[in-house]
Amino acid sequence: MPLAVVGGALRVSAPFLFVSLGECLTEKSGRVNLGLEGTLVLGAMGGYGASYLSGSAWLGVAAAGVLGALFGALHGFLCGRPRVNDIAVGIALMLLGIGLSFFLGKPLIQPTAPRLSAISLGFWSAVPQVRSNLQVNGLLLLGIVLAPALRWALKNTRWGLIVRTVGESAEAARAMGYDVNRVRLLATMAGGVLAGVGGSFLSLFYPGSWNEGLSSGQGLMAVALVIFARWDPVRCLYASLLFGGASALGPALQSVGITSGYYLFNAAPYALTLIIMILSSSATKQSADLPMELTAAR
Amino acid sequence: MTASAAPGAVSEPEAGPARARLLLGRLAAFLDGLVVPAASIVVAVALFGGFVGLAGASPLEVYGEMFRGAFGTWFSFQNSLQRAAPLMLTGLCTALPARLGLIVIGGEGALFVGGTAAAAVATHLGGSQPYVVLAAMALTSMVFGALWVGAAGALRALRGVNETISSLLLSYIGIAVCNHLIEGALRDPQSLNKPSTLHIGEQNMLGPVPGLDVHYGLVYGVVACLFCWLLMDHSVFGFSARIVGGNPRAARLSGLGVTKLVVIVCGLAGAAAGLAGMVEVAAVHGKANASLVAGYGYTGILVAFLARHSPLGILPVALVLGGISASGGLLQRTCNLPDATVSVLQGMLFVVILASETYRGKVDWFTRWLVPAKGAAA
Repeated sequence: MPLAVVGGALRVSAPFLFVSLGECLTEKSGRVNLGLEGTLVLGAMGGYGASYLSGSAWLGVAAAGVLGALFGALHGFLCGRPRVNDIAVGIALMLLGIGLSFFLGKPLIQPTAPRLSAISLGFWSAVPQVRSNLQVNGLLLLGIVLAPALRWALKNTRWGLIVRTVGESAEAARAMGYDVNRVRLLATMAGGVLAGVGGSFLSLFYPGSWNEGLSSGQGLMAVALVIFARWDPVRCLYASLLFGGASALGPALQSVGITSGYYLFNAAPYALTLIIMILSSSATKQSADLPMELTAAR
Repeated sequence: MTASAAPGAVSEPEAGPARARLLLGRLAAFLDGLVVPAASIVVAVALFGGFVGLAGASPLEVYGEMFRGAFGTWFSFQNSLQRAAPLMLTGLCTALPARLGLIVIGGEGALFVGGTAAAAVATHLGGSQPYVVLAAMALTSMVFGALWVGAAGALRALRGVNETISSLLLSYIGIAVCNHLIEGALRDPQSLNKPSTLHIGEQNMLGPVPGLDVHYGLVYGVVACLFCWLLMDHSVFGFSARIVGGNPRAARLSGLGVTKLVVIVCGLAGAAAGLAGMVEVAAVHGKANASLVAGYGYTGILVAFLARHSPLGILPVALVLGGISASGGLLQRTCNLPDATVSVLQGMLFVVILASETYRGKVDWFTRWLVPAKGAAA
């Protein structure tokens, strides 16, 4: 059973990882994008559709990324206008994204599209359970590499510095001559790309099909995850693995035969997120890592 | 009134026309305030028409069918009213905390929790008088709903936890807990295919409003909105709440109990959503099961934003959105569009309304036209 949780953590954490990395980048630039839930579902649908139409799963992933970029651009554009509340826009895009995905995805529920292949990390074992549980996907490995790369880029490159400046003090960024809205637009688009790719993981690897119950708040949990990880990409990675494990708790227990309390175990990741948020928030102190331009800081 | 020596005072003969100019100015300002939302609706509807056009249907046909399905016949009008009833209550769930500057989106969970609690209470009170049972159901649903959203408010006030995320998480947790209870402790042994609680009894169901084929939940919704309007716009409590929304620091400095206000208002919001759950149980389903989670909470968020968080504005907006969702079935049958079409329209409406915030307060068409600047008059 612990193996099932580990396997689940590896499998299920990829969407959390990608969405949280994307949101981390967006929030570092000073915007909160709650619409990533809609972007996730849109990416899942788009990726599945593109894979079905083209016959290549990786093309589906690319298409999902493009869709995510478009949706992120919409969020960035809307929030750049004066007096628009970025949290409200996020909720609106979440609903719009889900509505669009369900509408456009109706013809995709039945047919099966080519899926992403798995890389077996359990090849050293002769036990079939170990083998099947340690199946991961290239995307997860990509994400694991992306997290420290993103942290390095934010800390050491010029682009990273620009993004961080815009997120900490828009006035300072303007004084240096950077177009605050444009930087935030690009950061939000990049976040959208990552969220779309994360969504494509859901439909192209695990659970591996398109239907209307595919995502249940995973995008929003990833936003909470970023706060828990205190805006550090590598901590996002660890948090995603933790959440993946929590999400896998329900199915893992089911596979051992414990079926009562099914709903409660499936609620475990939400409860975990809430507890973590309560523990890591404070009414008076602000986290030192909080980008000062986020609405919550004001 | 005698003319006074104070500068700027209006002497007797000028009081009449001055008052008329004042009222005209107010009318002009009100009309100006309507321009942007009206234009947003037109833009959103046009975008939606383009969208369905791309999807292969005729936009004009879709508009026509939507109007027919929403308000075209007496039957469809009542259908819209029936769907508007829970939306009025779940709209309050987002609108009330928004006056405080908080964005709460946990209406869906609070509705389910309230409905399940109401069904459970009804089962326990079995043989009592219908009025007693209904009163108990309403009270229980409001208490439990208040607990759910009030918790999000308390977390925000006491620990600084972002209320949007916490209310949504609590919503998911609440739905899971209720599903667990409905399948376990509260389950009706005869409901095999679809686990639900015991039926509350035909005599306990909310009947139709006399003259209409719509259940009493509509009255609950209207009364709740009117009460909240009086509370928020015409009472000291509401004034304090709006100060907190406008400037929390100023509110604290002037001694307002911000924590208490936040928790109370969030509690009221949750009570409204819980009451919506009770209405759904007592008027539509008769028992609590998974079909209580029908998206009313999420549509309520949209209602609140479209109504600019005004309890009075929620009434017409809920009717319009009820009409839109009522027309969904007709659209499916006549235009071959999937039911998600309605969600797309709602999403577009939401996005356009939010984008139009930029133009709020910048329109002065009516003010320029109705109240010509005459020297000092402005």
